[in-house]
Amino acid sequence: MTEPEPLLSVRDLRTHFHTDAGVVKAVDGVSFDVMPGEVFGIVGESGSGKSITAMSILGLVPMPPGRIESGEILWKGTDLLSATDADLRRIRGKEISMIFQDPMTSLNPVYTIGQQIAEIVRVHNDVSKQEARDRAIEMLELVGIPRPEQRANDYPHQFSGGMRQRAMIAMAIACDPDLLIADEPTTALDVTIQAQILEVLQHASEETNSSIILITHDLGVVAGMADRVAVMYAGQIVETGAIDEIFYEPRMPYTWGLLESIPRLDQRRGGRRLQPISGSPPSMLRPPSGCRFHPRCPYSDGDRCVSDEPSLIELRFDRQARCHYALQPGWYSPGERLAVAEVEWDVLIVAATDRSAAPDVDLPDDLAAREQVPETLADALTASQKPGRRRSRKS
Amino acid sequence: MSIEAAPTDATATTGPLPVEGMPGRGPDAILEVHGLTRHFAVTKGAILRRRVGTVRAVDGVTFAVQRGQTFGLVGESGCGKSTTARLILKLLRATSGEVMFEGRDVLPLDKGATRAMRADMQIVFQDPYASLNPRMTVRQIIAEPLVIRGVRRDDARAKVLELLQLCGLAKEHGDRYPHEFSGGQRQRVGVARALALDPKLVILDEPVSALDVSIQAQIVNLLEDLQDRLGLTYVFIAHDLSVVRHISDKIAVMYLGHVVEVADRDDLYEHPRHPYTVALLSAVPIPDPRKERARERIILQGDPPSPVNPPPACRFHTRCWKAQEICRNVPPPLAEQEPGHWVACHFPEERSVL
Repeated sequence: MTEPEPLLSVRDLRTHFHTDAGVVKAVDGVSFDVMPGEVFGIVGESGSGKSITAMSILGLVPMPPGRIESGEILWKGTDLLSATDADLRRIRGKEISMIFQDPMTSLNPVYTIGQQIAEIVRVHNDVSKQEARDRAIEMLELVGIPRPEQRANDYPHQFSGGMRQRAMIAMAIACDPDLLIADEPTTALDVTIQAQILEVLQHASEETNSSIILITHDLGVVAGMADRVAVMYAGQIVETGAIDEIFYEPRMPYTWGLLESIPRLDQRRGGRRLQPISGSPPSMLRPPSGCRFHPRCPYSDGDRCVSDEPSLIELRFDRQARCHYALQPGWYSPGERLAVAEVEWDVLIVAATDRSAAPDVDLPDDLAAREQVPETLADALTASQKPGRRRSRKS
Repeated sequence: MSIEAAPTDATATTGPLPVEGMPGRGPDAILEVHGLTRHFAVTKGAILRRRVGTVRAVDGVTFAVQRGQTFGLVGESGCGKSTTARLILKLLRATSGEVMFEGRDVLPLDKGATRAMRADMQIVFQDPYASLNPRMTVRQIIAEPLVIRGVRRDDARAKVLELLQLCGLAKEHGDRYPHEFSGGQRQRVGVARALALDPKLVILDEPVSALDVSIQAQIVNLLEDLQDRLGLTYVFIAHDLSVVRHISDKIAVMYLGHVVEVADRDDLYEHPRHPYTVALLSAVPIPDPRKERARERIILQGDPPSPVNPPPACRFHTRCWKAQEICRNVPPPLAEQEPGHWVACHFPEERSVL
């Protein structure tokens, strides 16, 4: 069995900005692959370098002050960083296209929506004006714009925010690209409109059979859309894996922090408080020594974490975490620890209630004195407080 | 086209919803809003102004807020939640309605009395960058309300230190300017300023929307601590339904200037009854991939209609999958359908979407 070839392969990308204040290492050694047909999520907070990564792929980083210091961006085997401007122009919009957060600033206000989509079609394909216009209308219909023949003659300001974003998607898929880069495509939109746009995006990628790089700060959006995820912090990828691995078995404390700090729509809070990540993201002019997350990490050992920069440790195939302790047994996120504890409590509850059902389970002597013993277990314990019922530990 | 205040409205084809009872009522209401309405006239022509429409930004909003609780106000952009906040504080003049604060209607109060009342009601804005004067130090910003009130300098100085500490800022932060702070710290300054006059009620207008998720949690916790320590009452306005669920005791959902549903927090999220609330909740992505894959999502068609001459009767009927003839003709009253749960819908149906 041969592994499928990645569509896009980013290798050790470093994009720095040379400012008066010093060098801002916005992207500092980022590597990832995007496979054909997948949705690859890049998650991170503002300033983590996720947008600059996307702009570097398409050669959209303003230079100066920006400079791509090193790295490779392999698109179907050719390096985009050494490609000529003509090559880049041919790929941009045709093979790789981009959807930006704010469609108002990325659409030209003096051309109609139809003209702008048709222009892209004409630039990349040898077609007549009429064919290009037909294609534009077809695309507008695909993204769910009602009465596309008429709306194609509208200017961007005549569209609502959600409609503009649909038009952006129509433009992005007009040339049947292989990769769509969507940079916070729904951040400026209301939640009911966001749901529409995400559906359109998914539909569009299925229609054109394209991969998506979905850049967002919203963990809910990636949870619903992405197949694989990279978490970025301070210019680096700190964790990658399949979507379920990132959410259910994260191995990097920054990911833990992100997951713990968000309130959940679907859960009662009980008496819980949110668990914020302390401090604030570092300045990329002077990133912290060692692990870049160590000043905010509650698990920092104060030694290796401060002095040695952890590499992205391979946990298994296609699964990495940037933490010295990622491979340490029992390096579980708070959510997993809670889940493990709940299973253990369940076993103990059974053992305390009915010894015959669980003869092999020991009841630890200090159990009743422990904090956070669930109510049912406490009840079971008082009911079973008879001497001689406990068995010694065998193992 | 220009928009200006509309004192009266003669061209009404659509109006407020009738309200039965007092949504959010309780034993100790600190704030009661009755039929609060604000219309803006849309005019055309520079010399001969003609009125061509009415923006019904807030139309008959009624609810009560209990002392010491957090009342959440949610809805999408343009639903009137921020306008409601400004009307309560008289930062905008209401077209009609009553705002009862501790049993007294504040809307007819004269300038002096309004100023006195404002000490008790404060606001924190979304964007602390835009609401903090960049040419003032943090100390000056926080002290300004005290100075206006004529508090003695020494007292003001001591109070500022106390507020800085209360909001998790260091003493030396007082000498810095807003641009020297991160977003989260700036919001702490905004909160400290709002608390300077020891208010009883604080209106929080999207206080964490501009912040990164890891910082959001810090500010939410700060607000909860302050509420516990100072016995504050909050009106928490946000479009992020997850944060609202976490922080609020009772929640009102707004759509195009109307309140469409009011209930206790868990009741609203677990047993929504208004189709708009159901659709809104189902649209929010949950950071749990397995849940997301299993979830049904109700995708509303189209955009919310313009609040200029909005749809008559039930304003949601243009996007509602349950709409019937009656929804286009008869405004559904906001009525208590279960104890403590108010819904404005002709065909309410409990539906869990989380």
